[in-house]
Amino acid sequence: MDLGNIASLTHFYPELIMVTGVLVIVILDLALTDKQYLGDLALITAAGSLMAIGLEAPHAGAWLFHRMLVFDSFAIYFRALIALAAVIGVWMSIGSEEVKTCDQGEYYAILLASAFAMFLMAESANLLMAYLALEFVSLTSYILTGFLRHNRRSLEAALKYLIYGGVASGTMIYGMSWIFGITGSLDFTVINRALSAPGHLPVLAVFIALVLILTGMGYKVASVPFHMWAPDVYTGAPIPITTFLAIGSKAAGFALLTRFFFPAISTLTAGGSWTALAGVDWPQLLLFICIITMTLGNLAALQQTNMKRLLAYSSIAQAGYALMGFVVLSNDGIRAMLFYLFAYYLMDAGAFLVVMIVANSTGREDIDAYRGLAWRGGIVPAIALTIFLFSLTGIPLTIGFIGKFYLFAAVIRGQFYVLAIVGILNSVVSLYYYLRPIRTMFFDQPQGDEGVVKFEPWNYGLMGVLACAIIALGLYWQPIIAFADRSLNFFVGPA
Amino acid sequence: MGGGITLDHFLVLSLIIFGLGLFTVLTRRNAIGILMGIELILNSANINYLAFAFYGGGKYDGQIFAIFVIMLAAAEAVIGLAVVLAIYQNFKTIDVDATETLSG
Repeated sequence: MDLGNIASLTHFYPELIMVTGVLVIVILDLALTDKQYLGDLALITAAGSLMAIGLEAPHAGAWLFHRMLVFDSFAIYFRALIALAAVIGVWMSIGSEEVKTCDQGEYYAILLASAFAMFLMAESANLLMAYLALEFVSLTSYILTGFLRHNRRSLEAALKYLIYGGVASGTMIYGMSWIFGITGSLDFTVINRALSAPGHLPVLAVFIALVLILTGMGYKVASVPFHMWAPDVYTGAPIPITTFLAIGSKAAGFALLTRFFFPAISTLTAGGSWTALAGVDWPQLLLFICIITMTLGNLAALQQTNMKRLLAYSSIAQAGYALMGFVVLSNDGIRAMLFYLFAYYLMDAGAFLVVMIVANSTGREDIDAYRGLAWRGGIVPAIALTIFLFSLTGIPLTIGFIGKFYLFAAVIRGQFYVLAIVGILNSVVSLYYYLRPIRTMFFDQPQGDEGVVKFEPWNYGLMGVLACAIIALGLYWQPIIAFADRSLNFFVGPA
Repeated sequence: MGGGITLDHFLVLSLIIFGLGLFTVLTRRNAIGILMGIELILNSANINYLAFAFYGGGKYDGQIFAIFVIMLAAAEAVIGLAVVLAIYQNFKTIDVDATETLSG
């Protein structure tokens, strides 16, 4: 089905809700003097969008807006993840002390606009649309990162993000221009047809173009060597934004990466495995990137003393684990990656939430601020953080373990034994730095200058939900893996 | 077409401009200079799109892409300059090394 502009709107409700929310917030921001309800409105918008995604038909497939966007079950999965990121981001923003001093109207409008742009990224079926959506996400993220206008770290982070982002997306469109030149089209399906047609394929040119494109997409998922922005930006940005970028932006990046590298330039063969273009060895390159990403992320995290920075490097390593599902080139691997991204959502958002709870009370983010956290009023956040960090490590009875299990199963079934060994060694290394905050919280005595952690019902509520979800889904993960299974359906349509 | 100028000439030109842009970004320490390098990278891609569209014939995809890139470059410059301005107000310099507080 190739839908026109008006007909497409019937598959576009979640996005429409998001956009309406943005406009209403901008208008109310001008009209109202009391702005404390704008955050609640943003929360309702994000939740409404999530519900609209839940109500969508699961087996549908169509081109939207004259083949600019594609509506399929893969897009539904990622849009659900992104809407979830928006809900978590807005919820944390309402409970954050840092954000209270900011201009509320602009802040929530840009946050929702960013989520809207991520939706588009997950759905794009055209190189132009992919570039526009990616740049839309980037521009809104720069603003959100630098939102604390009088905070030096926040501004420095915004500048670094902008420079890395500008270079990465510029390099990406340069690579896209080569693909355009080689295939004569920007449409993913036509590109696929042109590249896989028998005849002479300029192998080297295609490979270089793919490497250049990988720069832009790899920068969004923060994989090595395009990860350098992540630690600085995650440390400098307000904590709710850090969380939103760490989960939402990364998911959108994985969505675009998967959609471009699988349905657009590979072909699905019988038995659920994908074949790359003959002679163009990008899977080997990605395998290399995957190994370096998890190793470097984990090694760099070992020596961090700031919790946000530690979690930033940990999220780089987590992106490396998720890439394992990518490089095995099978539906099995993609399914494991989808599941792992969901698991990563819960545990990473939870860990950042605890960092925010401690920062709200003490104003500090370094590991010393966690000394004896359990014995100075913070027993609940301490236990919750323990659950989140155990899950990030991949200890059994948590969803993180199940996610890693699926990933390693896919890797071993694909006979990538070296990758499996590197992944397991990395998990062992990561145990060291994930356990360090836990030891600090429970076994170190407070020295008296750390301050008391206050009870905040709003933040504790979300923390409880996330911690319970990690345990509950760690024991009964069937619904999520079934959802991921259903989402493995790329609509490529009649061309 | 136009005095023996072929697609290759345009591709080499854009490759040179791309290289210059990348070189600018890597060597400049002034934030404005780096933003100018990014503009060069974007415009080198634009040359490619226009050249491919012109010599490839057919549809207008390339021209449309170039127009969007020009527009987004403007949007990026707006945000970039706003951030640089805020940096100047806080640090009294726009040297990217002097603003280095996050590292490790």
